[in-house]
Amino acid sequence: MKCPPFDYHAPRSQAEALALLARHGEEGKILAGGQSLVPTMAFRLARPASLIDINRIAELDYCRAEAGRLRIGALARHARFERLVAPGPTGALLARAAEHIAHAPIRTRGTFCGSLAHADPASEWCCIALALGAEMRVLREGGERLVPAADWFQSVFTTTLGHDELLAEASLPLLGPDWRCGFAEFNRRAGDFAVAMAVTALRLDAAGHVAGARIALGGVAGTPILAEAAAAALLGAPPTSDRLRAAAALAAEGFEPTEDAQVPADYRRDLVRAMTRRALEGSLAT
Amino acid sequence: MSKTPIRLTVNGLPHEVAVEPRRTLADALRDDCGLTGTHLGCEHGVCGACTVLLDGEAVRACLHFAVQADSRAIRTVEGLAAPDGTLNPLQRAFWENHGLQCGFCTPGFLMLATWMLEQPGPVDEARLRHVLSSNLCRCTGYQNILTAVRAAAQELGKWAETAPA
Repeated sequence: MKCPPFDYHAPRSQAEALALLARHGEEGKILAGGQSLVPTMAFRLARPASLIDINRIAELDYCRAEAGRLRIGALARHARFERLVAPGPTGALLARAAEHIAHAPIRTRGTFCGSLAHADPASEWCCIALALGAEMRVLREGGERLVPAADWFQSVFTTTLGHDELLAEASLPLLGPDWRCGFAEFNRRAGDFAVAMAVTALRLDAAGHVAGARIALGGVAGTPILAEAAAAALLGAPPTSDRLRAAAALAAEGFEPTEDAQVPADYRRDLVRAMTRRALEGSLAT
Repeated sequence: MSKTPIRLTVNGLPHEVAVEPRRTLADALRDDCGLTGTHLGCEHGVCGACTVLLDGEAVRACLHFAVQADSRAIRTVEGLAAPDGTLNPLQRAFWENHGLQCGFCTPGFLMLATWMLEQPGPVDEARLRHVLSSNLCRCTGYQNILTAVRAAAQELGKWAETAPA
C-alpha cells in the first residue's frame, strides 16, 4: 500500500505547470487534492512517473461569480461549497450536494475540478456539471479550449482531457430565481459512493408552467447521463405531483443501468425513479 | 530514489527531515519524526485512523505526501495533552465515557473531533454523526465515541441540543 516512486514537481505558476505537462506527456499527472489519485497509486493501479503538484499555484485557487457564471478554479476544494458560494439556486444546489461528497476530511483536500477530471461515474460534481451545462476551460502550453460538459465525459474515469492538458477552470451558469434545483442521492452508508443520484433543474414561468427542465443521473452508468425524455415530458404544464411521478418513471427507463453483485439493474432503475421523484419534489417544496 | 529535504512544524516543534516524494505525511510523521501516535489502518483514505490537522484542517495523512507539507504546520494526537501529560477535555471525555476499546482508531477520532470542535458555530447531533461518520472503529465502539465527543462538546460550550429525530 505504498505508492510507486515518482518525480515530484511543485510549480508556482500556471505557465510553469503547463510547461511541465508538455515536457512529461503521458508520464506526467496533475496532483490537486489527491483524494482519488493517491489511493489509485497506493493500489498501484496508476504509476505516473512524474507528479505535477498544483497546490502551490495561488492563481488557480478561486471561486467567483462573474458575468452570469460561477467560475471555479482548479484548486477550489469541495469543502468550500458547503457554504453558499453564490446566492440563488446554483449555490444552493452545490451546498446541498457537497455534504454527500465522501467525508469532511476528504472535502478539505479534494477539488471540484479534480472530480471532473477524474470522472468517477458516481461523482456528485460530474452529475451537476452535466445537469447545469458546465463548461470546462482546458489549457495546454500555447493553447486553450472550452469543452461543454456534454462533450467532456467519455466513459468510466475517462474525459476528453489530453495528457498535456490542465483543467484550469469549470464554470456553471448562475441560474435565476425562476429555476428550482433538486438533488437526491442513495447510498448505504454516509459518504459511500452513490448507488444512484438525480440532479434536477426546473424553470417555472409566470403562470407556474415548466418552461425549462434538466435532469441528470449519476452513479447508474459509465458517465453521468441526461434523462432527456423525462425532462421534456415536464415542459409546458404545471409541475403537478402526477407529472413529476410520470417524469421520474420515464427517467428510470431511458438507459442501461450499471449492474453489480449488490445492485441488480432493476434495483438501480427503481432507485433512479425514486431519486428523480425526490429531487423534483424537493426542489418545489421550498 | 533521491530524497528531498523538508521542514515540518509538528505540534509547534520544527522537524527537518529528508523524504522520498512518495513518502506519505503519515509515514513521515511516524518514521522520520518518530511520532507514532498517528496510526495507519487502510493506507488508502477509507478508515481515517491517520487523521491529522494540516494548517488547521482535518486531512487523511495517508493521502497527502510529506513533500506537500513542506513548511506547513501539522497537529497530531501527541499535541493534545498538556506537557505534563494532563489530558485535555476531549481526551478526558474519551477516558470517562469508554470511548476507547483497543485504541487503534482513537488518535484519528481525537483529531477529527478536535477539528470539528474548533470550527465556528455549535455542534448538534446531526453534525456530530455526519462528521464522525468519516472514521472507522474496528471494535465498532461507535456509541461510546459519540458519547465522548458529545460530552466534550458540552463541556466546551459547543453543544446545541436538538429534538431527537
